[in-house]
Amino acid sequence: MEYVVELLNIGKSFPGIRANDDITLCLRKGEIHALLGENGAGKSTLMSILFGLYQPDEGKIRVRGTEVQIDNPNIANELGIGMVHQHFKLVHNFTVTENIVLGIEPHKGITVDLKQASRKIRDLSAQYGLNVDPDAKIEDISVGMQQRVEILKMLYRNAEVLIFDEPTAVLTPQEILDLLDIMRNLIKDGKSIILITHKLREIKAIADRCTVIRLGKFIGTVDVKDTDEERMAEMMIGRRISFDIHKKPLEPGRTMLKIDNLTVLNSRKVPALKNFSIELKAGEILGIAGVEGNGQSELVEALTGLRKVESGTILLDGKDITAMTIRERIENGIAHIPEDRQRRGLVLDYTIEENLILEKHRRLPFSKNGFLNHKAIREHADEVISAFDVRSSNGPVTMARTMSGGNQQKAIIGREFDLNPEVLIAVQPTRGLDVGSIVYIHRRIVEQRDAGKAVLLVSLELDEILDLSDRIAVVNHGELVGIVDAKSTNEKEVGLMMTGIRAHERSSSNGNGGSNK
Amino acid sequence: MRLQVNKDFIVGLSSVFLGLVAGAIFMAFTGNNPFEGYNYLFAGGLMNLERFGNTLAMATPLILTGLSVAFAFRTGMFNIGTPGQVIIGGLAATIVGLTLNIPKPLLLSLMTLAALLGGAVWGIVPGLLKAKFNVHEVVSGIMMNWIAYWITYYLVPSYFKGSFETESRHITQAASLKAEWLTGLFKGSYINLGIFIALVCVVIISIILKHTVLGYQLKAVGFNRHAAEYSGINVNRNIVLAMMIAGALSGLGGQTLYTGYASSIQIGVMPSQGFDGIAVALLGATSPVGVVGAAFFFGILQSGKGFMNAMTDIPSEIGDTIIACIIYFAATSVLIRNFFDGNLFRSKKGGK
Repeated sequence: MEYVVELLNIGKSFPGIRANDDITLCLRKGEIHALLGENGAGKSTLMSILFGLYQPDEGKIRVRGTEVQIDNPNIANELGIGMVHQHFKLVHNFTVTENIVLGIEPHKGITVDLKQASRKIRDLSAQYGLNVDPDAKIEDISVGMQQRVEILKMLYRNAEVLIFDEPTAVLTPQEILDLLDIMRNLIKDGKSIILITHKLREIKAIADRCTVIRLGKFIGTVDVKDTDEERMAEMMIGRRISFDIHKKPLEPGRTMLKIDNLTVLNSRKVPALKNFSIELKAGEILGIAGVEGNGQSELVEALTGLRKVESGTILLDGKDITAMTIRERIENGIAHIPEDRQRRGLVLDYTIEENLILEKHRRLPFSKNGFLNHKAIREHADEVISAFDVRSSNGPVTMARTMSGGNQQKAIIGREFDLNPEVLIAVQPTRGLDVGSIVYIHRRIVEQRDAGKAVLLVSLELDEILDLSDRIAVVNHGELVGIVDAKSTNEKEVGLMMTGIRAHERSSSNGNGGSNK
Repeated sequence: MRLQVNKDFIVGLSSVFLGLVAGAIFMAFTGNNPFEGYNYLFAGGLMNLERFGNTLAMATPLILTGLSVAFAFRTGMFNIGTPGQVIIGGLAATIVGLTLNIPKPLLLSLMTLAALLGGAVWGIVPGLLKAKFNVHEVVSGIMMNWIAYWITYYLVPSYFKGSFETESRHITQAASLKAEWLTGLFKGSYINLGIFIALVCVVIISIILKHTVLGYQLKAVGFNRHAAEYSGINVNRNIVLAMMIAGALSGLGGQTLYTGYASSIQIGVMPSQGFDGIAVALLGATSPVGVVGAAFFFGILQSGKGFMNAMTDIPSEIGDTIIACIIYFAATSVLIRNFFDGNLFRSKKGGK
């Protein structure tokens, strides 16, 4: 078997941690090889070693059969190894061509010969179906296009091995499908791909083989077509895990949240949410699906009181809360799992117990006559910590900053559920978390619904919306595109609606959507 | 938590040590023996009860201005308006002291109240401007300093002129924070009742920060105002409150300075105790107890430098330079902290 890259028995330690321990990954020519592992499993370390950012303590690297030492990324480039980073490294007011040639500008005398480069880029783009305009400015093109520019950068430098670091995290469903096509084109042409991801569905869809690492250790390499998602998940997290979500039959109660003709301005004073109306009933989960930046944040901020409403009304269980302060809304039964847990959700320099009384510190028994009751605060923290399985080094007095993302999120969720709200607004509740935490949090959210709470779920992860919601409202450019029943819809329909095409328009405008965003 | 305190303590000691080393280099540079110099410097601050009392008297306003800056820091505000608050607090106390003729306990209480209110008003203005119009408190704080400076410049010669054009009349015995029993106890030093005002404030501020809803909210706003806002805490109200309390503390510092340590108020001088409060707060790691320690240390330097100057050939300018160096390192103790944190952080990140 011919391998283009062999990472053999790689070991790498940092002070106090074994980041990579005897990891072997062999990339065949022309294959897509997934590298699967939870956050902190050591994927990035391994790829940084291959890309020359770190030196391995043990093991060796072979490229096309020859043992090599990769001291820095330039050597990796010379060996034909290129990386498409998760966060693009592009100059926004440069054109595509200028970005691609940056660092290796073709010269003609003392001037830069962009024409020649532009031609080469156009050819490459056509060859792999990338559809990139070499003369467009980065700031004018979509995120999906920017990613293709990153890919072109590697191809322009004659990379044979491409490393994709969580490439789908920033893409719309349609853009993801396009990306998968591009990857297929690349391997058809003899390129080899390492795909770093924790999304099992993508691995199933595109990868040939999959190497799993866990806590820095090599777990195994499997053929994707012979291995089901459950098996791969088990390898990744080390125990069996059931993805099934058991929901009670839907029993919608009375309308808990009625949003009527709501218009909200964003920070640049432009309407981000336009004449938006929707109703949320007790005992249901209403999912808000949409591409990032289509008014979801403004909707949530308007509901929770963090942002002023321009016009329209919000009724909570029949009571007009449009003009209420944040505190009054919380006291009237709104709980909010915020989008950014470190910016909004937690005071990172407070301990867990202090964070757990963020909304409740004025109430008995946590304070009386302006003085805190430390004993009650501690007892409350102990309860929430055990009820929500919040793990930390020092229990209630652990600084929030030192906790893992999953445990920070569990603490927030525990705190918000403990408010016993009428309406729960959960925004991106599982962003950046590992599979184990995701499943746990999903169960707890469904529990709230089953207990008769009204849940508004705002997420950019379409899978999450589809798995949890009873109804799905799709937003585009601050407008409601439509509401669909979660049972009878699918990823494709919602994905299309996310691009602004209404369900009933679909037949007439088919094939027109998606990629031209 | 205990670890945290220890680290702050180490950081503080490091900046003091670095400051002393820098001072030693200056002394050696001017051909003097640094050990001898420091010997006299510390002896000058500590060697007998009178000098110890003077050290405490020097430290008193610094405790209050340091506490003022530290308290504002906890709420995420930089109170650079301490000199102005000191002036106004001192001016208000002096005016009350020079105007009313009532028994000492009552007069002192009223003067304290006046100083507290004067400083509070000077703190509220930057607080309100920040809360309502997002004016940076450093800009408005510095402007308030000059407003206080020029108000004094006008008021004192016009209405309270003393034997010189540049200072007010001296306050009476009844209006002074100096108490006979205390002066006697410390063999005739400058020490005054202000030290008790300062220590009571330290206790009150400690309790507010640790045990009250107000302190909980103030710190939440200081650490992360977005999270505080999210949880329904009124961020603007807390900003104004924090600045008001900080201003009141500095105002009390003005009382202890002008009607305790001194007995008249001078015009055309921006009190150095104001800005020194920033260094005290930083060296004391913005904790009330730390502030007391840092202020005491600065008190030693202030009261010892004269003795050092008298006993050695070290010029008085060098004495001031040493103090400046230590203040400099105290002010940059954040960098030292980052140095320690940096190392800790790196190993922690690896541990993830």
